[in-house]
Amino acid sequence: MATKASRSAARIMMAPAVVLLLGWMLIPLSLTVIFSFKKFLPLRGDRITDRGEGFGDFMWEYVRGFPTLDWVGFENFSRFVGSSSFWPSVWTTLVIVGGVLAITVVLGILLSLLLDQPMWGQGVVRILVIAPFFVMPTVSALVWKNMFMDPVNGLFAHLWRFFGAEPVAWLSEASMGSIVMIVSWQWLPFATLILLTAIQSLDSEQLEAAEMDGAGPLQRFGHIILPHLGRAITIVILIQTIFLLSIFAEIFVTTGGAFGTRTLTYLIFQRVLESQNVGLGSAGGVYAIILANIVAIFLMRIVGKNLDA
Amino acid sequence: MGRIQLKDVTKSFGDVQVIPPLNLTIEDGEFTVFVGPSGCGKSTLLRLIAGLEDITSGVIEINGEDATDVVPARRGLAMVFQSYALYPHMSVRKNIAFPLRMAKMGQDEIDKRVTAAAEVLNLTDYLDRRPGQLSGGQRQRVAIGRAIVREPAAFLFDEPLSNLDAALRVGMRMEISELHKKLDTTMIYVTHDQVEAMTMADKIVVLQAGNIEQVGSPLELYQRPRNTFVAGFIGSPKMNLISGAEAAKYDAATIGIRPEHIDLSETEGPWKGVVGVSEHLGSDTFFHIQCDFSDEPLTVRASGELTLEYGATVHLTPRAEYLHRFDAEGLRIE
Repeated sequence: MATKASRSAARIMMAPAVVLLLGWMLIPLSLTVIFSFKKFLPLRGDRITDRGEGFGDFMWEYVRGFPTLDWVGFENFSRFVGSSSFWPSVWTTLVIVGGVLAITVVLGILLSLLLDQPMWGQGVVRILVIAPFFVMPTVSALVWKNMFMDPVNGLFAHLWRFFGAEPVAWLSEASMGSIVMIVSWQWLPFATLILLTAIQSLDSEQLEAAEMDGAGPLQRFGHIILPHLGRAITIVILIQTIFLLSIFAEIFVTTGGAFGTRTLTYLIFQRVLESQNVGLGSAGGVYAIILANIVAIFLMRIVGKNLDA
Repeated sequence: MGRIQLKDVTKSFGDVQVIPPLNLTIEDGEFTVFVGPSGCGKSTLLRLIAGLEDITSGVIEINGEDATDVVPARRGLAMVFQSYALYPHMSVRKNIAFPLRMAKMGQDEIDKRVTAAAEVLNLTDYLDRRPGQLSGGQRQRVAIGRAIVREPAAFLFDEPLSNLDAALRVGMRMEISELHKKLDTTMIYVTHDQVEAMTMADKIVVLQAGNIEQVGSPLELYQRPRNTFVAGFIGSPKMNLISGAEAAKYDAATIGIRPEHIDLSETEGPWKGVVGVSEHLGSDTFFHIQCDFSDEPLTVRASGELTLEYGATVHLTPRAEYLHRFDAEGLRIE
């Protein structure tokens, strides 16, 4: 890829993909931004267009900025933040993200330490550990809800009764804990996998040197292994944060946003689809985009730094 | 004090015995070098002494006390690893202080010892750098510094110079020998490089397949190799080993003669040969001469001025007093 000709050829060949991806991103983004400044209540008779139903009609109105919808300025934005459910939903989001991060990082470190030990059937065990990551969020949440957490027929209920205790109605009585547990179960493999590869890249002579230097197992962990894992832990935290900010399916199929489990994402969903207030939901979406970008900037700076080093 | 004794030590990995019963005594203050080709078990032996591997049977005594089941940290030994094994996230100062911090030593004493070690090793200007910002030789010195602050009974070196370039290696060789003279502590040094072994050791232990082939001072090994393996391994270039009819003339299965103990002549001598490749080093010239009685060409050392044409015929005379004779088992015949 050194000559001028090959470079321009490469640019031409990449162009279609770049244009497609750009459109893929820009059209929904700009739609969200436009709608967030409009009053758009489809059930009250607001229509995107009064021309027709075709794609061409839609694109025509899109280019013109949907003049049939009333411009309301920043009203959607102030109403979204001013709503009594906004701050609780932010708090819920933070609790879920923080809880899942804490559980996956701590357990991920312990599990990866365990999996790093030579043992019989290592390959099979590692695949089993990764398995939850391959289960679709909707499916895993349903499995948890119906097989484990059901207060009548769930495994936990049977277990509780076996010990003579009153079964817990997990998803209503301990709703936040339950959701954190389900989501942690899904993301633990990811954390474990990244941390395991990081542990495997640790020079075994360093550990032996520390052993000769008189460091016990805990000190070897604290002084050698943990600092070595520092970068991997940062990457796990940042990547998971981006994905966890947008968890939806797990809440949708379990509590449906009730019992204090309404996250920011779920609130947006309710505004748009349950209240049919597209403008208000879009304003919430714009807030979410800003939040995700702040995290993404941190992520790219840290990952970029790691690539340099 | 650092007297290390191995009694009937064996090591097996599964069914494979890498160290057959082995006995060895390393006296206090001695610089002992384990040397042998790769895979001969020399690093394993060092790790057994360090305690990083468990021995399968036998006893290891350090200063007369049974250390077989003692954990590495309590054996009073310090090790310098081939990769240096510095802690990359700590400064040089913290690296060197690490064993002292683990021993819960007071901060004043730690500072004192680190400063002293840094002075000995010329590291004073680099104490606040990270290992990643140091050159290979400096990292090597940090690894040694981390070993000397503990004031161990013995130092263990596992091929410490093999990651350095040739010029630096010669320098570090001198520095380690110097350090040994200064500290007067037992050192055990593993290498596959027989030049390092010859130049540094008080005592060389030649190993092959886990067996000790010979133990002795460098000159003992050079002058009186116990068998053909040691004869061929010690010395550079290698000793010429000749077997067959020519050896039978000397009542031996194999005879050995070092390159510097063969005289070259254009006219007379018992062995006639054709000159092959000549290596001119300036101070010496090594000629590879193909004689009709052996498959391998003989190496002959001559003065640096001498040049012989490729393909010329020459005559060789081995000096009888330097001829080594070995029997059918490869053992030396006196």
